[in-house]
Amino acid sequence: MNTSVMKSATTLPALPAAAPRRQRSPGWLLVSPSVAVLLLWMTVPLGMTLYFSLIRYNLLYPGENAFVGLENFEFFITDAGFMPGAINTLILVGSVLAISVVFGVLISALLEAADFAGRGIVRVLLISPFFIMPTVSALVWKNLIFHPVSGILAALWKLFGAQPVDWLAQHPLLSIVIIVSWQWLPFAILILMTAMQSLDQEQKEAARLDGAGPLAIFWHLTLPHLARPIAVVVMIETIFLLSVFAEIYTTTSGGPGYASTNLAYLIYNQALLQFDVGMASAGGLIAVLIANVAAIMLVRMLGKNLTDKS
Amino acid sequence: MLTLKQSRRLTTWLVGLAAWSVALLLFFPIFWMLLTSFKTEIDAFATPPQFFFVPTLDNYLHIQERSGYFKYAWNSVTIAFGATGLGLLFAIPAAYSMAFFETRRTRGTLLWMLSTKMLPAVGVLVPIYLLAKSLGLLDTRLVLVLIYTLINMPIMVWMVYTYFKDIPREILEASRMDGAGTLQEIVRVLLPISKGGIASTVLLSLILCWNEAFWSLNLTSAKAAPLTALIASYSSPEGLFWAKLSAVSTLACAPILIFGWISQKQLVRGLSFGAVK
Repeated sequence: MNTSVMKSATTLPALPAAAPRRQRSPGWLLVSPSVAVLLLWMTVPLGMTLYFSLIRYNLLYPGENAFVGLENFEFFITDAGFMPGAINTLILVGSVLAISVVFGVLISALLEAADFAGRGIVRVLLISPFFIMPTVSALVWKNLIFHPVSGILAALWKLFGAQPVDWLAQHPLLSIVIIVSWQWLPFAILILMTAMQSLDQEQKEAARLDGAGPLAIFWHLTLPHLARPIAVVVMIETIFLLSVFAEIYTTTSGGPGYASTNLAYLIYNQALLQFDVGMASAGGLIAVLIANVAAIMLVRMLGKNLTDKS
Repeated sequence: MLTLKQSRRLTTWLVGLAAWSVALLLFFPIFWMLLTSFKTEIDAFATPPQFFFVPTLDNYLHIQERSGYFKYAWNSVTIAFGATGLGLLFAIPAAYSMAFFETRRTRGTLLWMLSTKMLPAVGVLVPIYLLAKSLGLLDTRLVLVLIYTLINMPIMVWMVYTYFKDIPREILEASRMDGAGTLQEIVRVLLPISKGGIASTVLLSLILCWNEAFWSLNLTSAKAAPLTALIASYSSPEGLFWAKLSAVSTLACAPILIFGWISQKQLVRGLSFGAVK
């Protein structure tokens, strides 16, 4: 008799004799399919990545699969694209996180500050960019907004007598940061706005009666209340931001040079454009490593908040 | 001096003004895309950008012959619904068992499922690509259905679990007294009660599948390409047809935008893994 059966036998009331086949709990039998496929999904590809990273494996030279130890890692790290790629990844993740958390808090606080006309519509407008598919937002920004001749920003620059900027060529990484922030700030607003609505209004009213100003209320009441939702935003956005790909693929292709290449794009480039499976796998493992270090750091940093508030 | 009432009204007005400005600014790219989709190609490329023009439905009327829109849209629909349906088949039994037959391993299992989402997609791009290639699954809808099922499964299990958790056990026990089997219990009792929760899980999964662009760009080329890939193909220099691009993009995004607007409250619950309700 396994433990799940024992456990369920203690928590469930005695079953009538009419249904003897129901005495065994369906517990693990029903969970196991999803656990099994997820386990396969986690281990098989990752194991293959690990294996490929240790052998010489280029699709252009089949059959030459000698074991090369850590050579692929060495090549990947010393590759001209690695340092820019790693730094760009950190800048991209860091700045998009900062923008979405800071502006997300400010904008959702603004929405909660007063019951103005059309608040529902404002809410809908604010979260909309999150639902736009990445390839669409990248191309809309590239062609309709950033374009140096007929984009909106070029027109705005000309209006003030300035020379229009070729955003994607002159400030590639900044442009990508803007596009990706435009997609993820609404996610932060969506989560934080909902969290703010659950803030106890009586508590706020009591603080106001005690003479606390709006800033003091925001700082001492609203912000602590938001610690947990902010942690959620940071964790979920980090997962997605580490793998930003479509926005780069459709706008700058990582260029000029490596100016807007992140690790995801670099690995794609190694594997599917240069066919060097071994090196791309080494890069993939490094990306997994970075993701896990980031996750552990975040959980440490935010874990206190999470457990305190729950 | 302003009276208290007047100053309250002034604050409300100022807050409203600020909020509307921010909202219109953030929404502007979408509005501009919609506007451009009703322009001729010449108007779309005009400098300075045209706010007033003679609208045309041309881009929508010729969307099929110009870009083969419906093939891609159909791919998106089948992939999104396929992955969502398959995901539910796994998620509902798992969530049912975790919510109603909780053991001391349940919480750990749930957290472990979430942790699989911490694996960045690029870490497994190479093996998945090679596996798909050797199994003849490259550029098929099946491979995307399988991958989307797997990457969304943790969220689906978690979301259905939080909804099942809210259902009083007595209801299930009553049906069990009547001699219902597990399958009957799920289909006849549980699903009808929690259909709101299941519906928002389905919506979230559809949104995520519809917009996914890492795997669809890497694993499909022509046959099985969904809308994300069709739109990415406009990034090439020969694709400088902005009015056409805007029309295709508007059609591709409209259903998801509407889904999102309808279900924003429930999405928060799903996307934050139940941490924010």
